[in-house]
Amino acid sequence: MALLAAVSGCAPTSVLAPEGPVAAANRQILFNSLAIMLAIVVPTIIATLAFAWWFRAGNSKARYQPHFVYSGKIELIVWSIPIMIILFLGGVIWVGSHDQDPRRPVAAAPGQTTPPLEVQVVSLDWKWLFIYPGQGIATVNRLVLPVGRPVRFRLTSASVMNTFFVPRLGSMIYTMNGMETQLNLRADRVGRIWGQSSHYSGDGFSDMNFAVDTVSAADFDRFVGTVRGGGPVLDVPGYAALARQSLDVHPFSYRAAQPGLFDAIVSQQLKPSAGPQEGRGGPQVSPKPPEMG
Amino acid sequence: MMLGKLDWSAIPFDQPIPLVAAGTVGLIGLATLVWITRKGHWPYLWKEWITSVDHKRIGVMYTTLALVMLIRGFVDAIMMRTQQSIATGGAQGYLPPEHYDQLFSAHGTIMIFFGAMPFIVGLMNFVVPLQLGVRDVAFPTLNSVSFWLTAAGALLVNMSLVIGEFARTGWLPYAPLSETSYSPGVGVDYYLWAIQIAGVGTLMSGVNLVTTILKMRAPGMSYLRMPMFCWTALGSNMLIVAAFPILTATLAMLTLDRYFGFHFFTNDAGGNMMMFMNLIWAWGHPEVYILILPAFGIFSEIFSTFSGKPLFGYRSMVAATLFIVVVSFTVWLHHFFTMGAGADVNAAFGIATSVIAVGTGVKVFNWLFTMYGGRVRFPTPMLWSLAFMVVFVIGGMTGVLLAVPPADFMLHNSLFLVAHFHNVIVGGVVFGAFAGYTYWFPKAFGFRLDETWGKRAFWPSLIGFTLTFGALYVVGLEGMTRRLQHVEVEEWVPWLHVALAGVGFMLVGVVAQVIQLVVSIRNREALRDTTGDPWDGRSLEWSTASPPPHFNFAVLPDVHGEEVYWGIKQKAIESQQLAEAPAYEHIVMPRNSATGVVTAFFATAIGFALIWHIWWLAGLGFVGAYATFVVFAWRKEEEYEVPADEVREADHARRAAREAWLAQHRDEQVPA
Repeated sequence: MALLAAVSGCAPTSVLAPEGPVAAANRQILFNSLAIMLAIVVPTIIATLAFAWWFRAGNSKARYQPHFVYSGKIELIVWSIPIMIILFLGGVIWVGSHDQDPRRPVAAAPGQTTPPLEVQVVSLDWKWLFIYPGQGIATVNRLVLPVGRPVRFRLTSASVMNTFFVPRLGSMIYTMNGMETQLNLRADRVGRIWGQSSHYSGDGFSDMNFAVDTVSAADFDRFVGTVRGGGPVLDVPGYAALARQSLDVHPFSYRAAQPGLFDAIVSQQLKPSAGPQEGRGGPQVSPKPPEMG
Repeated sequence: MMLGKLDWSAIPFDQPIPLVAAGTVGLIGLATLVWITRKGHWPYLWKEWITSVDHKRIGVMYTTLALVMLIRGFVDAIMMRTQQSIATGGAQGYLPPEHYDQLFSAHGTIMIFFGAMPFIVGLMNFVVPLQLGVRDVAFPTLNSVSFWLTAAGALLVNMSLVIGEFARTGWLPYAPLSETSYSPGVGVDYYLWAIQIAGVGTLMSGVNLVTTILKMRAPGMSYLRMPMFCWTALGSNMLIVAAFPILTATLAMLTLDRYFGFHFFTNDAGGNMMMFMNLIWAWGHPEVYILILPAFGIFSEIFSTFSGKPLFGYRSMVAATLFIVVVSFTVWLHHFFTMGAGADVNAAFGIATSVIAVGTGVKVFNWLFTMYGGRVRFPTPMLWSLAFMVVFVIGGMTGVLLAVPPADFMLHNSLFLVAHFHNVIVGGVVFGAFAGYTYWFPKAFGFRLDETWGKRAFWPSLIGFTLTFGALYVVGLEGMTRRLQHVEVEEWVPWLHVALAGVGFMLVGVVAQVIQLVVSIRNREALRDTTGDPWDGRSLEWSTASPPPHFNFAVLPDVHGEEVYWGIKQKAIESQQLAEAPAYEHIVMPRNSATGVVTAFFATAIGFALIWHIWWLAGLGFVGAYATFVVFAWRKEEEYEVPADEVREADHARRAAREAWLAQHRDEQVPA
């Protein structure tokens, strides 16, 4: 298992290569739980193979005890070992669930005092919309986050369910239409990492991934400035165009996002977006993707 | 308009893969029918199998259906693994999303509902009445109806391959994706009606077996004298009775949404998709225990038989089984820790989930001590069981890991999860089913399965299983999510190749298993089980002939103590004679009935009609089904008599075989 962990730590998408405190804490809990269980699982496997081998019919040294069918002491051990393991693990679960509650705010990196950045996330068929209400801009299929600064995500869906997940930053969370979920994360290192939907959502699901650029505070400001410099405006008609089904959408940005759009989607003032027009599926069925700059 | 939504566009002429596949299957089916007709086997099939209400025949038919469907599901698996292996680096592979999405949905649906379930139900059907020492289940004709309805569901799912499409929503049609607005085609409707029809069958089968176990045991067979398999079957069927109505109701609500514009789970008008997830898993989690409990029973029988010892800690095992039955209803929320529930809720369900592992842990330890002090033999069923022990504790461990909410926040819906549930379902249920199949095959057909080919099937299966799901665990930790039609992250690709290689090994295992069956049928005379007790068994099914007479036992056994047949055998060896021949009496048995197959015919028609909105056909189907019920309910003769002479003759043959067996044990001492 440790070997597996080492091997799988290499990928830029690995859940075992944390880039922030949430992912790091989750990984620690994962390792702790694994260690607690391995303490009993490994001896059990060894005992299974050893007992089967030693008591094989051909082994004349093994004593045949056909009446050894009950032992109070063994029953006591048999029940108490799993119970003790689970008691221990139960503690890990209880404390971990509360510490890692997605709604729980994350502290800023040591030495930083910037207030949390709010990002509103909308999953659409089949792309991700990220609205930065504080900056008044929005991006599609690309998420840019300043390092060290806590990020407060508010999430919803324009149509079906999806899961917002950046493996190296930490916890995933569902997006659902007419509802808002919340997630708090923080990125600690500059770089480009992988984000995806982790809940199957239809034909275009496999392309519902996005680049996450974690940048310095200065670079983040520059990014905001660049986005403001050009591109379409995300207003109600713009959103309606974006909400139509489309596959494999390349990242682009909106120089301005109409305030309150996210809340209008959550409250369904903006209707849930439409699905395909007929049954058999395939590229010809879904409406053509809108032209976007 | 006569055919509702059905027209030529329903046939996927533009997609060669399903067309060729369906064509091949169709040709094989047609060839089989022609062969049966030319050989004149129809009267035999009709009398001895199709209309049979004998629990053993129905059990065999269930298992046969399961084996065929396991192969269908495995073909889906090969295609999925191949697609993910080649659709990388910008390539789209050979399966477009609209086809790939049907494939994984069909794979899950078929493997669970029409592979694993019929296999387990079939084994329970065959074994439970024999182990209880009775002649049949409580409601024999209902049993036949249950089987044929399951077969009807399987037929509908497979029809969707060529007529229309199957669901593209995953094996559980999560709303709102499964609502008309996002899935306007007939795929979800195929799913709904196939599962509803098969689900009715499963529910009735559950009622039947619960009643049988509670009400029909042989004289003296008290609850705590029942073999472990009967206990786990009781647990499993109680879960069926409690859980399947939830599935039926949930799918009925989705049906109302789709057909009548209701809003149970829609995005708008107050629908709530979270309710769908809660309800479907309130059924779905008990469902996995419905599958695994009988497998636990099979392993209990096998560990005890091949260790030459009674099951260790029998009462503890019974308690653990019932513990699992109860707790399995309190854990469903762990399927969606990431939906945003509060920390208290997540923690409570996480702890409840890991508590189930206590029951399972107790079982594992008791199997361990069953082997302790035994004389362990290693025929194929025992190999499957030992492999199960090793892989299942790993699968259980990863399961408990996923029950830790912060770990699940990283691994939910990943291939780690996929590896976990295949680890426990394949390593638990399928290994158990194969173990049980090899173990009870001689009882069903009177000859053993070939051991050499059994081992040739076992080892590649185990290696392939380890490779495939080992690789999927790793790639899941690397963040790969499930159900991707193409793969964009290069680091995942090598592991997907390893997984595909594993599938190759499993294919060798499957082929070997088919060869095993063919070779065994050819060599059946050499493999003949003349004693009725090929494994030196301990429970009542081994006390009758192989195959058993249709009335199972000439005289219902009188049960004293646990492990009835072991006791009888020890007594015979001790006194060097069999128990005295009893007074034989005539036996009353239920008559054959075509009710099951006719009902299923109409159910298929109803299902197909409702899927395609052919309302007149649906109406006709309902009338036909009701007429079938009326004809059955007002039948004049429901039973027939087996004359005492026939019973005597059958039992004399058995006793002669047992005398020969006793002669071989002349000098043996009963161990003190």
